[in-house]
Amino acid sequence: MKSDTNEQLLLKGLANNETRAIDTIYKENFGMVQALILNNNGTYDDARDIFQEAMIALYEKAKSESFVLTCQIKTYVYSICRRLWLKRLQQMGRYGIIANGLEETIAVEEDLDIHEKRNAEFAIMERALNSLGEPCKGILESYYLQKKDMNEIATAFGYTNADNAKNQKYKCLVRLKKLFFAQYNIGE
Amino acid sequence: MEDTVLLEVIERYLTGDMSAEERAHFEQLRKNTPEVDQMVVEHKLFLHQMEMYAEHSTLRNSLHAAHNRLVEAGTINESGVTETKGKVVQFWNRYKKVTAIAASIAGLTAITISALFSYYSPANNLQIQKLNRDIKNLTEKQRAQGDKINEVENKIPKGTTIKSGGSAFLIDGKGYLVTNAHVLKGSRTVVVNNNGQQFTAIIALTDPQKDLAILKISDKDFKPYSSLPYSIKKSGLDLGEEVFTLGYPRNDIVYNMGYLAARSGFEGDTSSYQISLSANPGNSGGPLFNKNGEVVGIVSTRQAQAEGVVFAIKAKGIYQAVDELKKSDSTTQKLKLPTNNSLKGMERRDQLAKLEDYVFLVSSY
Repeated sequence: MKSDTNEQLLLKGLANNETRAIDTIYKENFGMVQALILNNNGTYDDARDIFQEAMIALYEKAKSESFVLTCQIKTYVYSICRRLWLKRLQQMGRYGIIANGLEETIAVEEDLDIHEKRNAEFAIMERALNSLGEPCKGILESYYLQKKDMNEIATAFGYTNADNAKNQKYKCLVRLKKLFFAQYNIGE
Repeated sequence: MEDTVLLEVIERYLTGDMSAEERAHFEQLRKNTPEVDQMVVEHKLFLHQMEMYAEHSTLRNSLHAAHNRLVEAGTINESGVTETKGKVVQFWNRYKKVTAIAASIAGLTAITISALFSYYSPANNLQIQKLNRDIKNLTEKQRAQGDKINEVENKIPKGTTIKSGGSAFLIDGKGYLVTNAHVLKGSRTVVVNNNGQQFTAIIALTDPQKDLAILKISDKDFKPYSSLPYSIKKSGLDLGEEVFTLGYPRNDIVYNMGYLAARSGFEGDTSSYQISLSANPGNSGGPLFNKNGEVVGIVSTRQAQAEGVVFAIKAKGIYQAVDELKKSDSTTQKLKLPTNNSLKGMERRDQLAKLEDYVFLVSSY
């Protein structure tokens, strides 16, 4: 492992969703990515999107058990962003020729493939959740995403007791699963 | 079993929310019923997906929060309104170090070069300093001399201040001098010859329009000259013709040489010439000679913004001034401008040796 202990700590922090680690990585790398995007026909919003996408890829990498980062965070983030932006430019029908600066890049195609597959899955989940409608969506999000207690959820959604809310939650879950797997299996 | 009930059981099983007995029972059920087993596997996958999705959303939220925080703190610059400013700041931030290094290198280089220069050219510097001191000494000497003269034979009354000064030259051996009108700011004048001798003079005529004035030495110490060595030339000069002047920009008489640069003066004034020589305050009223030693003009002004652009009133003006004077003052009828020139063909030093006696320093008070 080439990256120094400081970077290791940052990555660990990122994996645990720690504000300080996120801020530090953000601060140290965003300017570089923003310059890259802005200098290649991008906007401030593009820069933010691409950079956050790269941060998520880095997060996934840091989280995975077989996690090995063989270069600096900076290089990794830059490589991901460069690749992502090239792809975005192509989708927009523009010829993406990013002037190759002095920045070092590494091959990130494999990581990006995994990342994109994940994103696709998340998109399915998001779509399924959105087509559920309320209160199903709200209940499920409160329970599974925000990890709220059933009693809390019952009060928030106006059920007389937790058991009733739980009952409703399982009904919703059955629907969600149906919706999700309908798409997910096609996607497979 | 109903779907929801089964789902609840499976979820309790997967989250480890079952008693040992119940767990054993359920595992038995899994083994016996492939449908239930499949549902368990499926739900496990689904829960994992949900878990990942949850993490993902949380991270996205934290990233948004981080972004907004940093924008607010000014660490990140964005927004289209301040685009140019943002770019400049961005540029500055990016090249701050480079700029600093470049600046220090430039500074070091400059210092090195100037050090080398001063090291390799010590002689030059010393000479310059020496010259400076000489000039200082000179002025001091001059002042000392001036004081002496004042002590011995000062004809300027005590308690009066000299308002202006310049040069003048004789146009008649009886003591008539010509100078510029602008030289005479006061009402009385004293003229000093090149030996330091002072004579009081009266202003016989001033013509501010032509900028000419005629003085008459009224001092009993003045010994009239029977004749003057130079004549006053009525006709014009040719372009490029050599001219020279004598005057008193300092207390000592100063010689300067140049050439006729234009037949007209400042802004096309046909009553004067433009000449090219170096003249300084104090040269005003001094004679301008051609190479034969004939008076061709009176040095009067110079252009402030330009170097070496000096104007001289044509000598013809002297004739006009004298005519005017004769009309207004009957006592000046005997005034006769010199017509014979005895300096032609002489070397410049000899010309100057003869001429300097007839050029005076004028002080008006």
